[in-house]
Amino acid sequence: MARIVFHDQLLPATNGEREIEVTVENYRDLLVVLEARWPGIGERLAKSAVAIDGQIYQDAFLEPIAANSEVFFMSRIEGG
Amino acid sequence: MAEAVDYKYIGTSPVRPDGVDKVTGRAQFAADQNMPNTLYGKILRSPHAHANIKSVDVSKALAMEGVYAAVSGADFPGGARGKVGGEGGGDIGDVARNIMARDKALYHGHAVAAVAATSLTIADAALAMIDVEYETLAPVLDVVAAMAADSPLLDATNFTKNLPETPDKPSNIASVTVLTRGNVDEGFEQADVTVEGEYHIPMAHQGYIEPHACTATVNEEGKATVWCSTQGHFEFRSMTSKILDWKVGDLKFIPAEIGGGFGGKTTVYLEPVAVLLSKLAGRPVKMMMSREEVFRATGPTSGSVCRVKVGAKKDGTITAAKAWLAYEAGAFAGAPIGPGAMAIFAPYVLENFHVEAHDVLVNKPKVAAYRAPGAPQSMHAMEIALDDIAREIGMDPLDLRLKNAASEGTRAPYGPKFPAIGFKECLEAAKAHPNYTAPVPEGAGRGVAAGFWFNIGMQSSAEVRINEDGTVIIMEGNPDIGGSRASMCLMAAETLGVDYERVKAYIGDTESTGFCNVTGGSRTTFATGMAVVQACEDIIAQCKARAAATWGVDEDQVEWEDGQAIPAPGVNADVTPMSLADVMASAHKTGGPLLGRASLNASGAGASFSVNFVDLMVDKETGKVDVLAFTAIQDAGTAIHPAYVEGQMQGGAAQGLGWALNEEYIYDADGVMENAGFLDYRVPVASDLPMIDCQIIEVPNPRHPYGVRGVGETPIVAPLAAAANAVRAATGVRINDLPLSPPNILAAIDSD
Repeated sequence: MARIVFHDQLLPATNGEREIEVTVENYRDLLVVLEARWPGIGERLAKSAVAIDGQIYQDAFLEPIAANSEVFFMSRIEGG
Repeated sequence: MAEAVDYKYIGTSPVRPDGVDKVTGRAQFAADQNMPNTLYGKILRSPHAHANIKSVDVSKALAMEGVYAAVSGADFPGGARGKVGGEGGGDIGDVARNIMARDKALYHGHAVAAVAATSLTIADAALAMIDVEYETLAPVLDVVAAMAADSPLLDATNFTKNLPETPDKPSNIASVTVLTRGNVDEGFEQADVTVEGEYHIPMAHQGYIEPHACTATVNEEGKATVWCSTQGHFEFRSMTSKILDWKVGDLKFIPAEIGGGFGGKTTVYLEPVAVLLSKLAGRPVKMMMSREEVFRATGPTSGSVCRVKVGAKKDGTITAAKAWLAYEAGAFAGAPIGPGAMAIFAPYVLENFHVEAHDVLVNKPKVAAYRAPGAPQSMHAMEIALDDIAREIGMDPLDLRLKNAASEGTRAPYGPKFPAIGFKECLEAAKAHPNYTAPVPEGAGRGVAAGFWFNIGMQSSAEVRINEDGTVIIMEGNPDIGGSRASMCLMAAETLGVDYERVKAYIGDTESTGFCNVTGGSRTTFATGMAVVQACEDIIAQCKARAAATWGVDEDQVEWEDGQAIPAPGVNADVTPMSLADVMASAHKTGGPLLGRASLNASGAGASFSVNFVDLMVDKETGKVDVLAFTAIQDAGTAIHPAYVEGQMQGGAAQGLGWALNEEYIYDADGVMENAGFLDYRVPVASDLPMIDCQIIEVPNPRHPYGVRGVGETPIVAPLAAAANAVRAATGVRINDLPLSPPNILAAIDSD
């Protein structure tokens, strides 16, 4: 199962759970699973960036998530 | 991926395509736009750093001859909501209240009204006729004091975000970010040495030479055209649309040549005001900021207080690190604490760390992005702490960093494992560099520091058009602030196999090319470059199809080589290779003109690391610092145009040294900036700096077709601590605060 890790700012929305494991095919499906588990978390996740297997996405959508994937939610990155 | 040595055009440094126009004065900047019957717009700015606005009366100004329009906050829609698009640059409602105050003036220089008149003189006179009734409030100027429970509040509706429990009282702390891993206490117990300190950095400005300027004209159909100086005209259009509650389709934004941005031109200040004034006046309105307005009212970067504690073993292994960061957001939330917290320990393997960062409202201008926003402040603290550890355990500072350096597979502090990165390569290059192996000049000090920036991808579009003679036109939507047009041409030339001189790149307006996010985040050569490469590949696919049709063979029997379609090996066809010009010559028969296009949301921007070292001399009688030598080493992935990469490294070094040695916002007790001009806000000039020596390291980014990493932001990160560490070496006195200006250095020496 894929490993999903939440940063500290998301813990209030996950009832303190920092890490879970899920089986999904892509990021869109992951959001569906997370929203079902913690209603309302999608709004917070939309303000986060996400790293899937080391690659950082500001706006992930259909990126595949494999059984051994690591998914880290993180602060969005701005730049100059 | 092919190695750089295999490329024909990539890795060369042809003359910059915009150079002649710029040195001859032909280049058209935003203030150069002139139209018949143009009015001049001016902004009335708050004389108070913190005040309730009881009323604004523009009637006397409007009654003046030559005044065509006057507006205040009440004339703007109040419903702007949502995030600013693109880079996560804050809340659009805050941007709306930043460009024109409503019920409160939140910093000295905050816009409170605007006029449009037939001359600048009349506009100035009209501003003097506007009556504003203020109720002054105590200004909040110190970031730590602003966090106190009893501090006056900028916004009584602000409740700190991201706390475990929702607070029951408002605060000046907009949000808190925490990053943590392992057990910090146990990590410090394993340490043989620990160092800790508190490090202060004042606000600093991006210092672009060209002030903000724009011209807006609204026609009889209510559609606006805006010429402006911007790093992202599509996002300027979006922000203006939301602030004025106009349809995006009724706004056309045309980016002018830009005289520097560095992040500071990623948000609007004048454009929505100019559009509204033009609509009311029925004439074009030009607005140009003075340098003083630029300082007082446009985004500097955050001033900061960072407390850092680092523990290490005698062999140099870092066992734990802890950081507490407080960044000034200015008048509205949005200091770059997320990147600051994620960057501070990023170059190092670290099992135990804890970072807590605070985004704090103060009565100063709202901060804007500035090269690697958030990283220079926090990494200045960490890189000084490492220097102190190296000194305590008697280790070369580069060896200490090599001992702990992140590499491919290292888990970054923000979670994911790094793909291929070039930090160790930079450190090893520094150790071997002749400037480092050379002895430190007599009486001077040498300082070392590392830098890091994430880099980002985001949305880009590009079109590639082929002319009848086979020359190539690239149309894309990212204002060129660092040489991107040349890089686009080089990547197109390499992909298509045509001479660089036969390729030209243009920046389209919002109606002549596809959407592109801002030129920022070191993304343009990476992401828009990727779009250009894909658009060229689209052209190649079309050419192969047309050659196949011409020759009567299958498409998979055609290859593209050295700028022409040829039969694939083994294909028995007696045909003449077809160049781009050949395909175009018969295009009327094979499907019409060649037009390639691509749009994407790029991912895979590779992180960039740097190592800097500097030799400098401190005059212990005057406190003046003379920089003797500066060496910048950075991983560029693949340097598409090495001279431009070096230009980015040198520019970042110059700005970083300016921030380190002299630049600072100086405020009086009332919150009035006392040095709002280049005479007193001292950026480095050519005579202040030696030639910046550059060494480009190339560890290709596997997620880009040519291995590109962004290079524009990392260079500003390391110079701050490198200079501080060199001053420590030269004087024997550790100075934790910037700038290392003569009075500050003298004070530190005297108190030592």
